[in-house]
Amino acid sequence: MTKSKLNTFRGGPDEAGRFGIFGGRFVAETLIPLILSLEEAYEAAKVDPEFEAELNHLQTHYTGRPSPLYFAERLTEHFGGSKIYFKRDELNHTGSHKINNCLGQILLAMRMGKTRIIAETGAGQHGVAVATVAARFGLPCVVYMGETDIERQKPNVFRMRLLGAEIVPVASGTGTLKDAMNEALRDWVAHVEDTFYIIGTVAGPHPYPAMVRDFQSVIGVETREQMMAAEGRLPDTLVACIGGGSNAMGLFHPFLDEKGIEIIGVEAGGKGVETGEHAASLTGGNPGVLHGNRTYLLQNDDGQITDAHSISAGLDYPGIGPEHAWLHNSGRVSYVSATDAEALDAFQLCTRLEGIIPALEPSHALAHVGKIAPEHDADHLIVMNMCGRGDKDVFAVAAHLGTDIEG
Amino acid sequence: MSSRIDLRFAETKAAGRAALVTFVTAGDPNLEDSLALIEALPGAGADLIEIGMPFTDPMADGPAIQASSLRALQAGQNMIKTLDMVRRFRENDSDTPIVLMGYYNPIYIYGNERFLENAKAAGVDGLIIVDLPPEEDSELCLPALRAGLNFIRLATPTTDAHRLEKVLTNTSGFVYYVSITGITGTAKPDPSAVSDRVSLIKAKTDLPVAVGFGVKTPDQARAIAAGGADGVVVGSAIVNLMLDHMDARGNAQKTMVPAIAGFVRSLADALTEKT
Ligand SMILES: Cc1ncc(COP(=O)(O)O)c(C=O)c1O
Repeated sequence: MTKSKLNTFRGGPDEAGRFGIFGGRFVAETLIPLILSLEEAYEAAKVDPEFEAELNHLQTHYTGRPSPLYFAERLTEHFGGSKIYFKRDELNHTGSHKINNCLGQILLAMRMGKTRIIAETGAGQHGVAVATVAARFGLPCVVYMGETDIERQKPNVFRMRLLGAEIVPVASGTGTLKDAMNEALRDWVAHVEDTFYIIGTVAGPHPYPAMVRDFQSVIGVETREQMMAAEGRLPDTLVACIGGGSNAMGLFHPFLDEKGIEIIGVEAGGKGVETGEHAASLTGGNPGVLHGNRTYLLQNDDGQITDAHSISAGLDYPGIGPEHAWLHNSGRVSYVSATDAEALDAFQLCTRLEGIIPALEPSHALAHVGKIAPEHDADHLIVMNMCGRGDKDVFAVAAHLGTDIEG
Repeated sequence: MSSRIDLRFAETKAAGRAALVTFVTAGDPNLEDSLALIEALPGAGADLIEIGMPFTDPMADGPAIQASSLRALQAGQNMIKTLDMVRRFRENDSDTPIVLMGYYNPIYIYGNERFLENAKAAGVDGLIIVDLPPEEDSELCLPALRAGLNFIRLATPTTDAHRLEKVLTNTSGFVYYVSITGITGTAKPDPSAVSDRVSLIKAKTDLPVAVGFGVKTPDQARAIAAGGADGVVVGSAIVNLMLDHMDARGNAQKTMVPAIAGFVRSLADALTEKT
């Protein structure tokens, strides 16, 4: 793909599901027929006007799209310099961008005649979105969630249960997102006939990274139109946080070939990339193979996956979607990190100045916006993806702030 | 050129029985106990030995082998030590085929070329890499074949006739039929369904077919063999039995090797008796 379409960054993946050397289909044989039939079903749905119409209808009337592009006036004033816009996907039904992907995948699941839904979740935002669409379409749903995450995301656990999902706690490993994904894959292998696995980010075996990206690209497509309407031109800088990278890919992808636009992904720096306790796979990891694809991973020199650390459960993943790995190597997108402490500061700042309680995930993106906004003049337009709201995080934040006060 | 694996299956076939393939994880519960265990397997009746290369995220494995992998890693096992274990095993046994089984990442990070070279030199005969389907053959399968190692592929209940051709294309040594749709050591295989699939595979290849993933008892092993399998793989049941012979700190008690040897003997006997 990189060879045949040198003039575009939007041509991937190739037929083997590769973005350069990244991506692929590294799964057990049992799953191969499933992902091949998924690919076939997705390719057919993509060009089916009926599928598109159905998805559009749900996005408008169920999710509440388009989400606004909001000029964050007081933060702009506070940082001084660039004009800051938020793409407000936190206003979506269920409170984050995750619903964009879940609606697409559940429609596909039903087209394929699947009758049972499974998913992994970290922060619980994806789990809630999956449980929501499963409730909406009347399908039973099992969500795998690490024990550590269940503890720090209690409100979402309760929401999922209310929605009728069965939550399966995962104790293996560190009890976080990576372990939940292992367990979901094991479930899938054991229930191939009837089960559809709704992966929550742009990772996993082909076609997931491309499919999830496509379902999330509505973010960037809307941003483009809304920015043209608001400012009569395209933005100068795009910023988004990165766990697996789906909200970021959704915002970035429609802009990748706009040469003049600077694009920045913000990984979770945890206690600082230099401390080793972080979740910054690109900044602090190297290429390997996990969960069906080749990408950058946090791992030791024996190829064993190491634990990610982040205050934000949604970013606490030792990998990153393969297309980001490729965009990193090609230099098209810059990847930086923000620490737990920086994200907590940004969380509070945004709450007080804009009256918007952001999720801890986009608080990382905002922390970086705070670093770069003063470097430019008022004619520099930044769009940050406000991909989730912080209701789910208030207990965790209270605990962190409490500890700080006592310390 | 015939590999050790080819020779061994020819022998068991000539003897009119299925081969017993036993699985243990390298370095579980620690390097020395693990080596002692592996060295005892051929004498107890194991015809081929599968050695698991431990990985933090064994996606296709059930709780028993997951825990086994983690015990090994916690005891300090790594790829260098696993290959060295095989080399030490080979000092006293030049006939029993050794197949390394595991996941791709630890190999990829070790370096594919270096891995194949060192594995061959250590006396490894074949590889089973769970997350390298035919779609990814250029990664390791083709280089492994060039390096003179067998690359053993998994066929599963989801592998239909069309897919089977692709699965068989670059497979050598034997075909590993996964008897259940699921992870290791969980569901119980249905011998008659397995038998149908084994015949289907054998109609398409001259390679021996070994069956595994849910086989736990001598009776099951006998039933699978009676259904036409050329080999029966037992893993989780061995790993579970090891647990009963570990002290509180997770080290092997003196009873471990004899207990496992006794169990392996009962499996081998089940495959030898004619029913
Ligand atoms: C609000 C929010 N943002 C971001 C993420 C991280 O996922 P991704 O990088 O795929 O957008 C999550 C994941 O749970 C989330 O809930």
